[in-house]
Amino acid sequence: MSTATVTPKGPSTLRGARLPKWSPYAIAGGSIAVAIGIGLAGGLHSRVQWGLIAAILYVVGTYAIASAVEGKRQAKDRIATSFVWVAFLLAVVPLASLIWSTVVRGVKVLDVYFLTHSMGVVADTEPGGGIYHAILGTLEQVGLATVIAAPIGVLTAIYLVEYGRGNLSRAITFFVDVMTGIPSIVAGLFILSLMLMFDMEPFGFAGSLALAILMMPVVVRSTEEMLKLVPNELREASLALGVPKWRTILKVVLPTSIGGITTGIMLSIARITGETAPVLLLVWGNAFINANPFEGAQASLPLYIYQQYANSAGSGAAYDRAWAASLTLIAFVMLLNLVARGIARWKAPKTGR
Amino acid sequence: MAKRIDVSGLTAYYGSHKAIEDISMTVEPRSVTAFIGPSGCGKSTFLRTLNRMHEVTSGGRVEGKVLLDDEDLYGTGIDPVSVRREVGMVFQRPNPFPTMSIFDNVAAGLRLNGNYKKSELADIVERSLKGANLWNEVKDRLNKPGSGLSGGQQQRLCIARAIAVEPNVLLMDEPCSALDPISTLAIEDLIGELKERFTIVIVTHNMQQAARVSDRTAFFNLAAVGQPGKLIEIDDTERIFSNPSVQATEDYISGRFG
Repeated sequence: MSTATVTPKGPSTLRGARLPKWSPYAIAGGSIAVAIGIGLAGGLHSRVQWGLIAAILYVVGTYAIASAVEGKRQAKDRIATSFVWVAFLLAVVPLASLIWSTVVRGVKVLDVYFLTHSMGVVADTEPGGGIYHAILGTLEQVGLATVIAAPIGVLTAIYLVEYGRGNLSRAITFFVDVMTGIPSIVAGLFILSLMLMFDMEPFGFAGSLALAILMMPVVVRSTEEMLKLVPNELREASLALGVPKWRTILKVVLPTSIGGITTGIMLSIARITGETAPVLLLVWGNAFINANPFEGAQASLPLYIYQQYANSAGSGAAYDRAWAASLTLIAFVMLLNLVARGIARWKAPKTGR
Repeated sequence: MAKRIDVSGLTAYYGSHKAIEDISMTVEPRSVTAFIGPSGCGKSTFLRTLNRMHEVTSGGRVEGKVLLDDEDLYGTGIDPVSVRREVGMVFQRPNPFPTMSIFDNVAAGLRLNGNYKKSELADIVERSLKGANLWNEVKDRLNKPGSGLSGGQQQRLCIARAIAVEPNVLLMDEPCSALDPISTLAIEDLIGELKERFTIVIVTHNMQQAARVSDRTAFFNLAAVGQPGKLIEIDDTERIFSNPSVQATEDYISGRFG
């Protein structure tokens, strides 16, 4: 572990001893070195263990050195900072490694052919084939789910924030909370029970319905928060001009919060895009291209990934396709997030002079 | 244009809490009436009952009569939306619509109400901005966002927005309390001009301001915290500030309150 030298300062009561600027890096480097030493000496094979030892050494070392040199209060400040950094790294490392391994394994078969062809004439264990049918299915199912859930969700939120009083709004809030907690498989089973009652075959729109159930509460919640952020003064300013309430909501409240609402909808789309369980139950999956979401089994990206993995029979080609499809899915979700951020920035209330 | 307001026996509640009790007064057309009084005495609440904005607050309700010329604002069949078109309001904190340009802010009342001719819109906006003494400062950047203006300009923008819909009465709830002395002066001058065309009611904590701008002054007070606010007296501003008929008014004005 490294130590930091400090020159003694004059008798000023305002100027205490300070660790130099580079000390956190030095402590971090020192703790990593010591952790590697301990790891090698103790014969610990897992790099995760090395990392955790380094993290503990860093936090403890920071506190010890800072309290010795700077005093208790500064040491507390530094330990809080070091905790934040350690927590940040612990969160980022798995994420980065996940994206890294998906990219590395996914790019193997990811090309234009892969994106524009289906699995129609390719056995799951053979190389070749693609995910066009799955992309098409995902886009249609998620698109239809959004068309159903987004308007209902936004309107519900408008009711709750602008009109809701008393028991009805409290009940709706409660049920929205309950809906947020519905496991996706339960939403799938609910639609499946309806399908069985009417004796229907699996089709894409059934999956959309289940996804809409999952999406709705998320849209309601995020829209509600955004509407609450609109200052009441704006509503009053509009009402005082003699503008009816519905027009105030439409022309003042919604435009002010539209950026945030869109972001919320985009994020909820990102959330349902990765849902597998209800799609597995209701849409079944299909190796052929089926562009009609209202009739016949369809594929979807998460389902494709699962089925490639499950039907691979140890074939490397199927694993490669599953990884490439995962990469496509992650890229799609990331793209949605970027679009959401773009819209939020574009629509944010302007302050420029 | 300007109309007389006749209030009789007005009591306003927030839920079960009685905020103001049994207020009666007359506000003359084409004049400035100032409301003064300590915080929490119900000046703003009373002001908001004059254009039915009080009931926008949850739990807000009103008993009594407010006659605008001869029509009771709280009578049956009265549409609060139409009332607010007749009785405009300017708030304590400048609140231009953040998503709209300066032009759109002034045009907002007309556009959102949907009753205007496209060709007239630019004229009305110009006239309103001139009326609010803001035209020269913003005429070159009408399509810039209103939130980019200074606080005083924003407040004048809000006044322009309020007079663009040609109300009969203009209510102002401490319009200068967030502004510096120069912007305050600009708005006080503006009030002097506007009273030629509108009936103006202004709530203020600044007694010099009340003395400067108003023709009549009403003093509100409350017996104790939690008690409803009451109108103590209303009289010509000169009389209120020189020789009020109630001792409490004199105490408040001379700073011997409480």
